[in-house]
Amino acid sequence: MTTGGPAGQTATALEAPTPAPQGGRSRRARASRASDDRRAGYLLISPTVVIVFAMVVLPILWTFSLAFQQVRLLNLRQTGIIGDYSLENFTNVLTSPGFVDALVTTLVYSVAGTACAIGLGLVAALALRRPFRGRGLVRACMLLPYVAPVVAATFVWSTMLNPQFGIVNHYGASLLGWDDPIAFLSSSDPISPFGIDLHVSMSLFTVVLFEGWRSFPFAFLFITARMQAIPESLEEAATVDGATPTQRFFHIVLPQLLPTIAVLTVLRFIWTFNNFDDIYLLTGGASGTQVVAVRVYDYLINRGDIGAAAAQALVLAAILAVLVGIYLKFFGRSEDVA
Amino acid sequence: MSSFNRDAVERRILGALRPLTIIVLLLICLFPFYYMLLLSFRPLDAVIQDPGALWPKAGEIDLGTYRDVLASTEDGGQGFLTFIRNSFIVAIGTVVLTLLVAIPGAYAVSRLEFFGRRQISAVFLGVYFFPAILLAIPLFVFFTRIGQRGTLLGLLVVYVAQVAAVSIYMLRNYFDTIPASIEEAAAIDGCTRLQAMRHVSLPLAMPAIMSNALFIFMIAWNEFLFALLFLVEKRENWTVSLGLSQLAGSIEVPTTVLMAGSVILTVPIIGLFFLSERWLAGGLTAGAEKG
Repeated sequence: MTTGGPAGQTATALEAPTPAPQGGRSRRARASRASDDRRAGYLLISPTVVIVFAMVVLPILWTFSLAFQQVRLLNLRQTGIIGDYSLENFTNVLTSPGFVDALVTTLVYSVAGTACAIGLGLVAALALRRPFRGRGLVRACMLLPYVAPVVAATFVWSTMLNPQFGIVNHYGASLLGWDDPIAFLSSSDPISPFGIDLHVSMSLFTVVLFEGWRSFPFAFLFITARMQAIPESLEEAATVDGATPTQRFFHIVLPQLLPTIAVLTVLRFIWTFNNFDDIYLLTGGASGTQVVAVRVYDYLINRGDIGAAAAQALVLAAILAVLVGIYLKFFGRSEDVA
Repeated sequence: MSSFNRDAVERRILGALRPLTIIVLLLICLFPFYYMLLLSFRPLDAVIQDPGALWPKAGEIDLGTYRDVLASTEDGGQGFLTFIRNSFIVAIGTVVLTLLVAIPGAYAVSRLEFFGRRQISAVFLGVYFFPAILLAIPLFVFFTRIGQRGTLLGLLVVYVAQVAAVSIYMLRNYFDTIPASIEEAAAIDGCTRLQAMRHVSLPLAMPAIMSNALFIFMIAWNEFLFALLFLVEKRENWTVSLGLSQLAGSIEVPTTVLMAGSVILTVPIIGLFFLSERWLAGGLTAGAEKG
């Protein structure tokens, strides 16, 4: 699972030219086999190509067209491919109040959420590293936040955090002595642990925690898989040389995990950056949690301004592409996507 | 000597921290689901009076919430039975259609040499990382214009397009591990390419196809954004996810009744997950590890 070895070898063996056969007949047979393969290949892949082209590629291209026109939900039926193209949507969107804030919120949310998820995943993977009775079941339970439906998970969280009858505020008041119930999901007060103002609202802090809770199983799964591939002899040798557990972690285990963590960081960052569901369902984008994806939805549905929504979505995608591009430039050399 | 001490101290601290960490992690993973179940059984007044109760009191268990949430709106319920039917139609339809297009596609990308096959995989994989909200805009506009927004069929087509790419990626990785020599043997026995695919490679890939099917089912069952955009105005077509999210905003429906709805939404997924956990955990990493 962790090495692409056998799979890669089979693939190359398949493509490697067979030893040149003697005589024209077998060469012709081989050529006809190759052209058969080509024909079969196009035939088998075409349904997917058609549906992905129609439902993904064309719509993306159409978004460009929409972003440069004044399209509203109300005048939708009159707009076509040929219309009045202008940069107005982009200038409006980029200069509108709140866009830069939404962008900053998106970045804070993605970076902090990714860090939480990977940190928690690493802790979980380390804690469950050594076998014990029932480890398989514990591992399976760790994956529940990731597989559970997002609507159910957000609903339970918002009920648990409810200021009136939520269980968290109940025990916060009775056990921790909170004076007032905390409005975890509707308070825009900045949190300031130890008197340091972080410019992060309570709600944003809560949705970051939710993101960490929901996504850490993904990181846990990856890190566990990679950890199983670390040869035991390395650590045994270090133990013999007198390395303590933390030294073994920092000098042997962690360096082996770093490439996996690097890949995880990108995957989680992309998905958190694009995330709409979690924040929309938890806060609706209120009290300092409006990320760009939620803002796009707001423009599309509540304001009916399709052009502006499309322009913002394109800006979001462009920023993401730039960030990922920078990453791939540094780490992507050995990567083989196809 | 001092390093020996440090070693002993670290071992003792970590030895104590490990079980503690496991317990805390289990608690944060399981408690929300337990709380969901608990609240779905308790009457709303009891929850408001005693929000801290960790288990239902004797005689307090009330299954009326499930009746309320499942019954149709004419009978004074919330109509979740209809939502469940819709969710199943969409999820199973997505699985069947996606596998129909993705199995041949994955086979072609894995086995057959044709122009552009590498580029095709790369483009497909790119879909996986694309902001869904960007795609949502043109699809919303398109389906509004052709008058298919609000139909389950429209939603289904969008789902298939979204997951076919990932599905091909996961299945292709599995086809790559099946040795070509098996098919070559079949070819010597007189099988054509397509016969060899149907009778040799496909049965071998069955475990991967099954886990892929479950993966797609879960994605379609859990999906929220497109369901919201497409179906929100047509209550009779709501999926369970959409129904729960829409009713969660209203004050008329008691939280405990909606908790029963949450349980109904979650149970099929957790059930499937535990049935297939071994396959699925492998499938999740196998699908993405290489990228």
